[in-house]
Amino acid sequence: MPAVTETIDTVQSVTEGAYKWGFETDIEMEFAPKGLNEDIVRFISRKKNEPAWLLDWRLKAFAMWQKIEEPRWPAVSYPPIDYQDAYYYAAPKQTVKPRSLDEVDPELLKTYAKLGIPLKEQAILAGVEGAGETPSEGGRMPVAVDAVFDSVSVATTFKARLEKEGIIFCSISEAVQNHPELVRQYLGTVVPQGDNFYAALNSAVFTDGSFVYIPKGVRCPMELSTYFRINAKSTGQFERTLIIADEGSTVSYLEGCTAPMRDENQLHAAVVELVALDDATIKYSTVQNWYPGDAEGRGGIYNFVTKRAQCRGRRSKVSWTQVETGSAITWKYPSCVLLGDDSVGEFYSVAITNNRQQADTGTKMIHVGKRTTSTIVSKGISAGRGQNTYRGLVRVAPTAGSARNFTQCDSLLIGDQCGAHTVPYIENRCMTAKVEHEATTSRIAEDQLFYCRQRGLSEEDAVGLIVNGFCREVLKELPMEFAVEAQKLLQISLEGSVG
Amino acid sequence: MLKIEGLTAEVEGKQILKGVDLEVPAGEIHAIMGPNGSGKSTLSYVLSGREGYEITGGSVSFNGVDLLAMEPEERAAAGLFLAFQYPVELPGVGNALFLRTALNAVRKARGESELDAMQFLKLARERLKALHISEDMLKRGVNVGFSGGEKKRNEVLQMALLQPKLAILDETDSGLDIDALKIVADGVNALRAPGFSALVITHYQRLLDYIVPDRVHVLMQGRIVQSGGPELAKQLEAEGYASVQAAA
Ligand SMILES: Nc1ncnc2c1ncn2[C@@H]1O[C@H](COP(=O)(O)OP(=O)(O)OP(=O)(O)O)[C@@H](O)[C@H]1O
Ligand SMILES: [Mg+2]
Repeated sequence: MPAVTETIDTVQSVTEGAYKWGFETDIEMEFAPKGLNEDIVRFISRKKNEPAWLLDWRLKAFAMWQKIEEPRWPAVSYPPIDYQDAYYYAAPKQTVKPRSLDEVDPELLKTYAKLGIPLKEQAILAGVEGAGETPSEGGRMPVAVDAVFDSVSVATTFKARLEKEGIIFCSISEAVQNHPELVRQYLGTVVPQGDNFYAALNSAVFTDGSFVYIPKGVRCPMELSTYFRINAKSTGQFERTLIIADEGSTVSYLEGCTAPMRDENQLHAAVVELVALDDATIKYSTVQNWYPGDAEGRGGIYNFVTKRAQCRGRRSKVSWTQVETGSAITWKYPSCVLLGDDSVGEFYSVAITNNRQQADTGTKMIHVGKRTTSTIVSKGISAGRGQNTYRGLVRVAPTAGSARNFTQCDSLLIGDQCGAHTVPYIENRCMTAKVEHEATTSRIAEDQLFYCRQRGLSEEDAVGLIVNGFCREVLKELPMEFAVEAQKLLQISLEGSVG
Repeated sequence: MLKIEGLTAEVEGKQILKGVDLEVPAGEIHAIMGPNGSGKSTLSYVLSGREGYEITGGSVSFNGVDLLAMEPEERAAAGLFLAFQYPVELPGVGNALFLRTALNAVRKARGESELDAMQFLKLARERLKALHISEDMLKRGVNVGFSGGEKKRNEVLQMALLQPKLAILDETDSGLDIDALKIVADGVNALRAPGFSALVITHYQRLLDYIVPDRVHVLMQGRIVQSGGPELAKQLEAEGYASVQAAA
């Protein structure tokens, strides 16, 4: 069965509406002691066998973090986080490379199966020797996968195939070992260590993440994808992703995330840095489905993420597409700094909050180069007691002659206990620039639901259909196979929100 | 097929249906006429289970089962179809997807196999062709930006796909040009069968030249006040409702 249908079937197979990725995997783990101090930073760096410059870089970040106040301006509320009461390093213990699937920790395989990762890719992910060097059957477009399990990247698929094109796709730890010059050249140049509280924390303790380098003129022949999974208890996940698209190259990257159900909150503070040089294009898609907590708001992931792209080159282009259905709290503003003349930034977002979920998300488009253009399409859906805030900044520098921005923010409310808020900031310091903003708020109308039900759709299917229609402009930006999955996810996230 | 007895219903505390009695045997097509505001659409919503229409008395049985106890989607699965007086827009929802989702929901509830995209497209094209409706209709958002006539045609297309046992057409002929009127009539006439019944709500005798009803009923102030054969429609067209009022 092709991966697409397999994945869809996996999503379809659960219809109860409960969080289906809420399982826990019982595998042997290695932890660093609880708490956060310089020694932990050193411990992590030593564990990863890092060069001295990187340790120094981390320690500098740690020093900065201690001086920065935790932000309180987002429209979200949560009890104070005790940063000393968490583990900053947790890794599955596995020393010898397995030769076949039989030798792989069955618990790890079960996890992949539950995540809906096709069997062939499960073998590759589990690090089975020789697996993954041939594309899977079924003639589908292969997807190269990097899986990050708690703190550590466990495996990357299709590596050899990509290497033929000169593409580097590996965990960032491997990149530090094998391509230190590239990492050193770009790490922290888009999101500096002291950028904000969570970015500083991440810089000090990041344990893994993905690294991508696309050489000049290369079109990456397949989707690159990372699965993030928080499994261990009381762990934070601090992954760091760095993607560099060299001149004239093109890449499409997808990130998917899940976490087990727990009644405590877990912190996810990732940093993603994208660099696009002259004529390069990066498409970065996220389907975020971290555990959102239960209906009463117990448990769930705090998703405090810094994602930023620099369009450094002329005519470079970065497109962010996100479907945010999970997490108890989302605090996330994928941004584009448009430095190169004629560079293009895009942000397409669907954010759903149901039950007690809170989301404060949006984007920043910083226009510096001439004739730079940006497009923002945000679709916020609030149900239950969810609170959904779009927060966006469009800044046009005096240098950005004839820059253009178009922003469209639509909110959809389901029920009368939820909230939608739109906070657009516009700072235009350029006479010849044009900035446009449109916003709408609507409800699913009773007549729409009745019309669908009269045609035989259940109320939940009707809501799903109407919500998918509302999000269509964003969903069509997703790579095909993930679009289908995202549609199902939207529906699952909204179950129990009507009636 | 359909048996309505002493049906009373209110909307926002106001009684609209004041004891409707009506029987439509299997295989028959009945027309309902009546002045504006007499409760025709209310009756269609009550029969299809719309929220906000409170039933205060009476009963409705549909092929022997208690229709009023069912959810709207269960009624649809049981074969009840309502062509809306004002079809609803669903922005961003493709008409083809909507029609296929609806058809599959109904098929599933009836224990039939679901159609995949290709099978659906084949079926939809056949129906479109039979009804002389352009294929563009499938590509657009459900009723979004449709003209009044296109919306009505889309209702008829849905009916043709869903193959109901009881179709209620609420002024599907209003605002239609003569060609579109024939499409509606063809849509209904194509379904004529011993197991199919229809309630055609209309203001105009003209439609009934194309869909010849077995019975014509007059609904006034929440009650059926007169019933007769097709000639009753002609009489109403000529004399208006005053004569009925006098008789009632
Ligand atoms: N939601 C509502 N709230 C208040 N009154 C309503 C509501 N719906 C219907 N009514 C009233 O009920 C009465 C019957 O309305 P209905 O729409 O059933 O009439 P109709 O016979 O279909 O008229 P028309 O020929 O104009 O379509 C009218 O007086 C109308 O104002
Ligand atoms: Mg009416």
